[in-house]
Amino acid sequence: MNEFKPLPNLPPPVATAGVIGWLRANLFPSPFSALLTVLGIYFLYITLVPFLDWAVFSADWFGTDKSACISGGACWAFVTSRIDFFIYGFFPTSEVWRINICFALFVISFAPQFFDAFPYKKNLGIFSLTVFPAISYVLISGGWFGLVEVSTEKWGGLSLTLMLAYVGIVAALPFGVVLALGRRSQLPVIRTFCILFIEWWRGVPLISVLFMSSVMLPLFLPEGMNFDKLLRALIGIIMFQSAYMAEVVRGGLQAIPRGQHEAADALGLGYWKSMLLVILPQALKLVIPGIVNTFIALFKDTTLVLIIGLFEVLASVEAVVRGAQWRGLTFEGYVFVGLCFWVFCFGMSRYSQKLERKLNTGHKR
Amino acid sequence: MRKSITIFGIVAASMIAATAQAGTLEDVKARGVLSCGVNNGLPGFSQPDEKNNWTGLDVDTCRAVAAAVLGDANKVSFKPLTAKERFTALQSGEVDILSRNTTWTQTRDTSLGLKYAGVNYYDGQGFLAHKALGVKSAKDLDGASVCIQAGTTTELNVADYFRLHGMKYSSVVFDTADQTREGFEAGRCDTLTSDQSQLYAIRSKMADPTSAVVLPEVISKEPLGPVVRQGDDAWFNIVRWTLFMQIEAEELGITSANVDDLKANTTNPGIKRILGTEDNAGERMGLSADWAYNAIKQVGNYGEMFDRNVGPATPLAIARGLNALWSNGGIQYAPPLR
Repeated sequence: MNEFKPLPNLPPPVATAGVIGWLRANLFPSPFSALLTVLGIYFLYITLVPFLDWAVFSADWFGTDKSACISGGACWAFVTSRIDFFIYGFFPTSEVWRINICFALFVISFAPQFFDAFPYKKNLGIFSLTVFPAISYVLISGGWFGLVEVSTEKWGGLSLTLMLAYVGIVAALPFGVVLALGRRSQLPVIRTFCILFIEWWRGVPLISVLFMSSVMLPLFLPEGMNFDKLLRALIGIIMFQSAYMAEVVRGGLQAIPRGQHEAADALGLGYWKSMLLVILPQALKLVIPGIVNTFIALFKDTTLVLIIGLFEVLASVEAVVRGAQWRGLTFEGYVFVGLCFWVFCFGMSRYSQKLERKLNTGHKR
Repeated sequence: MRKSITIFGIVAASMIAATAQAGTLEDVKARGVLSCGVNNGLPGFSQPDEKNNWTGLDVDTCRAVAAAVLGDANKVSFKPLTAKERFTALQSGEVDILSRNTTWTQTRDTSLGLKYAGVNYYDGQGFLAHKALGVKSAKDLDGASVCIQAGTTTELNVADYFRLHGMKYSSVVFDTADQTREGFEAGRCDTLTSDQSQLYAIRSKMADPTSAVVLPEVISKEPLGPVVRQGDDAWFNIVRWTLFMQIEAEELGITSANVDDLKANTTNPGIKRILGTEDNAGERMGLSADWAYNAIKQVGNYGEMFDRNVGPATPLAIARGLNALWSNGGIQYAPPLR
């Protein structure tokens, strides 16, 4: 008796599987799509190739002044030779380790958030919002524990940008939540105050807030009393940002159905408990994209402090390309600053998406 | 708890009162650091160098005062200021000296509550022309096309100048300083106008700096100098006479290199007076006898400051011109230090 032997499976048709199949399905499914693909590739070819050539292949990477840049490509030598200025500003070289420790702590407290398996994420989160800013402040400003005091006009570069954004973000979120709750409060005094605060700060441009803080405010203070320019700018940024944050959070609060409030009431929870345990967790989760949007906008808005003479990363790059050694490298300077900002903004965006997926409890539509 | 708050309030109030009453000199001595407002980036005048130290003519003006008052030219904290906030920073006490290429005008001197202590750089609007044009003077510019940066007073000054001399011109207006230079380099115009110190900076940026010349005419006056708060005459005197002393030192040939030798060996009574070995100029201002020695030793005389930051050996390559000593055909002139 002949045993039945099935023939071996035929390979799938070349035209529908493998690389060719993928190409056919995705890039050349119809003549029109094929035309678009060819045009797209051509467009990439005429833009990306010269850009890569300029930015990478024929760029000059090292040197001490502009004469090192002879190849005709981008002149990154000014970035490599002045990178310390772009990161630390005028911070004394001997004290730079203090900022480095802050950077390390920053990485330690945020990197694990990207991995699900890491156990102490909650503690790390609390650490990054409370202890970390305190440690950083002590480390960077000095004056305690035998650390040399470094006054704020020496702060600068990317570290200043990050500091402004971090403090703005960490402070604006709680203020924003409180303001949003206040705006929906039943108590007329609190509600009126919150509405006035939010509408006032949201109605003025950030640039005028910064100008007022640096140009007008010192004139109103009694003579001899003066507080730091950086602190004034920071307070302005926090006020401004809280108002925006409040409206984002209020959007989330309004999306919570009335039944949730009633359910919390039925459980016998008071106002704060019902808000903290029932309403806010749901509301904040809903508005994560909005919150992160505001954070990213704030991060980019920190460049505005250059108009009040603070040397954040853009201002320090501009100062260098205005100087005699690296004069005229404006284009490279802006590309470099753009890249710095993109890295951080993209990181924040990825983090928010991760957070959304993790907190997704099936209500997503 | 309430008691401690009250005490804190009283202490804070008295501290505020104390700082308000004390003069700037006492404040600076108590603080141990001079606070100086500078431009946030102007090559030759105030600019962070490759070691992140502030350098420039305006910066050195502050360093000299710090050396005279505190004995150490490095005890300065530089506060970069934008054009808009500079006067507020001085009025509110955030800075002790404003040394930020600030033009001395009657309005500023009389209505802002501040005083100009002197002039550390005589600037003025001038013309940069292509060498190939063969123009030797701004008077030959009849019918020329002029590259101008939009929205500046230079535009008005040029209009005034050409009308005054009955000449015609056509203006080619650009948005930024860099665009103006590129327009000039590309031959869009015969000549470019801006402040003279800027003209040198623009020329040094050109692909071939020797292809352009700065014409000798100066069509507006822009005296730049350090500014202090009005009403603190003791401090005003110190800033004013530190600058005068540096000019005087150049005239007498005292430099940072030979000051030690001169202090020990000179027989010239003028030099002895400055260096505090005879007479005591410093004491009259509440400073130590070696105020001038410290400033000259650590920062140098006026000519050294000029040469180091903007002079012919620097990329700006600015000639002394108006800023030469009066004895050399310029207008830098210090009253006698006696």
